[in-house]
Amino acid sequence: MDPARFEHPAEFEWHVRPTGAMRVPAIIYADEALLRGMEDKVLEQLTNVATLPGIVGASYAMPDAHWGYGFPIGGVAAFDAEEGGVVSAGGVGFDISCGVRALLTGVAKAAVEPIKERLADALYASVPVGLGSTGRLKLDAAEMDAMLTQGAGWALARGYGVAADLERIEERGTMAGARVDAVSERAKRRQRDEMGTLGSGNHYLEVQEVAEIFDRAVAAVFGLKEGEVVVSIHCGSRGLGHQIGTEYLRDMAIAAADFGIALPDRELACAPIASELGQRYLGAMRAAINCALANRQIIGHYTRQVFRHFFAESALALLFDVSHNTCKLEEHAVGRTRRQLFIHRKGATRAFGPGHPDLPDELRSVGQPVLIGGSMGSASYILVGTTESERRAFSSACHGAGRSMSRHAALRRWNGHAVTAELAARGIVLRSPSARGVAEEAPGAYKDSGAVVDAAEQAGLARKVARLEPLVCIKG
Amino acid sequence: MWPRMTLTRINSPPGSRAQYPPIVGRRRAMAPGMAARLSGVTASMDEQASEAENGWEHFPHGADIGVRGNGASREAAFEQAALALTAVVTDPARVAAREQVAISCTAPDEELLLVEWLNAIVFEMATRKMLFGRYLVRLDGNRLEAEAWGEPIDRARHRPAAEVKGATLTALKVARGPAGGWLAQCVVDV
Repeated sequence: MDPARFEHPAEFEWHVRPTGAMRVPAIIYADEALLRGMEDKVLEQLTNVATLPGIVGASYAMPDAHWGYGFPIGGVAAFDAEEGGVVSAGGVGFDISCGVRALLTGVAKAAVEPIKERLADALYASVPVGLGSTGRLKLDAAEMDAMLTQGAGWALARGYGVAADLERIEERGTMAGARVDAVSERAKRRQRDEMGTLGSGNHYLEVQEVAEIFDRAVAAVFGLKEGEVVVSIHCGSRGLGHQIGTEYLRDMAIAAADFGIALPDRELACAPIASELGQRYLGAMRAAINCALANRQIIGHYTRQVFRHFFAESALALLFDVSHNTCKLEEHAVGRTRRQLFIHRKGATRAFGPGHPDLPDELRSVGQPVLIGGSMGSASYILVGTTESERRAFSSACHGAGRSMSRHAALRRWNGHAVTAELAARGIVLRSPSARGVAEEAPGAYKDSGAVVDAAEQAGLARKVARLEPLVCIKG
Repeated sequence: MWPRMTLTRINSPPGSRAQYPPIVGRRRAMAPGMAARLSGVTASMDEQASEAENGWEHFPHGADIGVRGNGASREAAFEQAALALTAVVTDPARVAAREQVAISCTAPDEELLLVEWLNAIVFEMATRKMLFGRYLVRLDGNRLEAEAWGEPIDRARHRPAAEVKGATLTALKVARGPAGGWLAQCVVDV
């Protein structure tokens, strides 16, 4: 993308003033190299989002933004229901509440190194991954509705995890306002035997070393120690979320004309928050958030079981669990007033700063952990929310490295077996059911996660706390 | 070994398993209509078919992947787009036609019908744990009736590369080209 298209009020901010049907500016947070690497489609999608009714502030893109459908991935947009604001299925995405949870093992890297291969095998055997895998659980109708209503709390009540986990999950593990009546039978059918499964694509379970600490005070509060091992789990709401996204994207596309919403592109399909369709989508999406929270809670439990087999004393305390693809009602400062806004984050992480009332007591003094995923061979990062992030983009930050290359191009450039061997030579043990999937997800197909988090920090979206390097990667 | 991006024509009679050659090979002229759609060959990526010939391909999209079907008829283009969808997961030539599944859907227009069709296949793949290697589509206005032939996922043999979450409205197009053939395409989320 050509930087000349933007006003450049600060080193890491790129603005486009509203023109035509745009109601608010478009703002990208990035350094110049990241901006130049973004497709022109990102700006096109950002400016399209800026035309939607009821949008507040600006249409934002995080440093890892790339071309999505409707909204860019790495996009953030806030809407006010009282000003005719909309909710968009494409603005949340298909993998509703896809996110990351990080578990603290308390085990030193030196203790993991000798058993790395066996640990990888055990995790790969315990956590179902890839297309065609099924979970150990089969939910009947009553259990499905209970899961969709209670989220991680449902999983906890059935023996998955410990009570302390809930404090370390957004919404304390249960998203309020879920409506099981707004979730179709097809969506429920798709989820019946997928609880506790990782999925495929960019989803993973990684054993990682805390390789570098940037902020010792915050790291101490988070329980991060250099040389120790953490486990990161990246997955979402599985088939249920995909089906809800599919159905409501279609319904909103069909209904847009009835709502009198002029869409520059049909993929921006949305509905007024106050409409029956908008309310149904919000209820279904919240149920999918609960599904994702329950799913990660179950996989976290399987991970703990495996670790206890190798390290009897390991408890794997939950550091935090964040969601990337959501629309949540939050209170934010806009100018001198505080307003209730529906914040779409598509491929973006909530990043509450210090003192936020929704944070657990132990973390409130420093801010929310922001978990940034790498890609197999590249580093992941743990950041912390900042106070100024609310002014920047309604307390939001990036979510990962973001792709720099299409799957098509990655497949032409890399061979999955060679990628696996290359990672092994670097001491990273990879387990995956598909060599082609590994090639499509090759580390080189993603942006430099270090550059992305540096830009996020410089832009004031979040602050770096620690860098994590992969030791074992289970790839779906 | 997974072939790179391919343009493929699958046109074999149902029931036989030998009808799925590897996705390399020569091209043959093909008559329009169902008979032509049911007897066939494949073409390598180096060969570019016009929109009037049956074939599929993937096209790049930032994070996801585009599926495109070309066909002498709208039905053939929908069938080829479905093959492109299968090819996101595995080589369609690896999928045996052991079981038949009936699929039907409707939509307000032909573009949304393509999305509905692809999403119906995604649903059947996900809930039956199956892959499909050939399709037969009948269209009546914006109503679709189809059969899909396939088999349960064999993770060792099919080596599924990715799970398709759903078909999107991005780059969505169903149109007739200057040569009289049809194109059906959209981006699918993986």
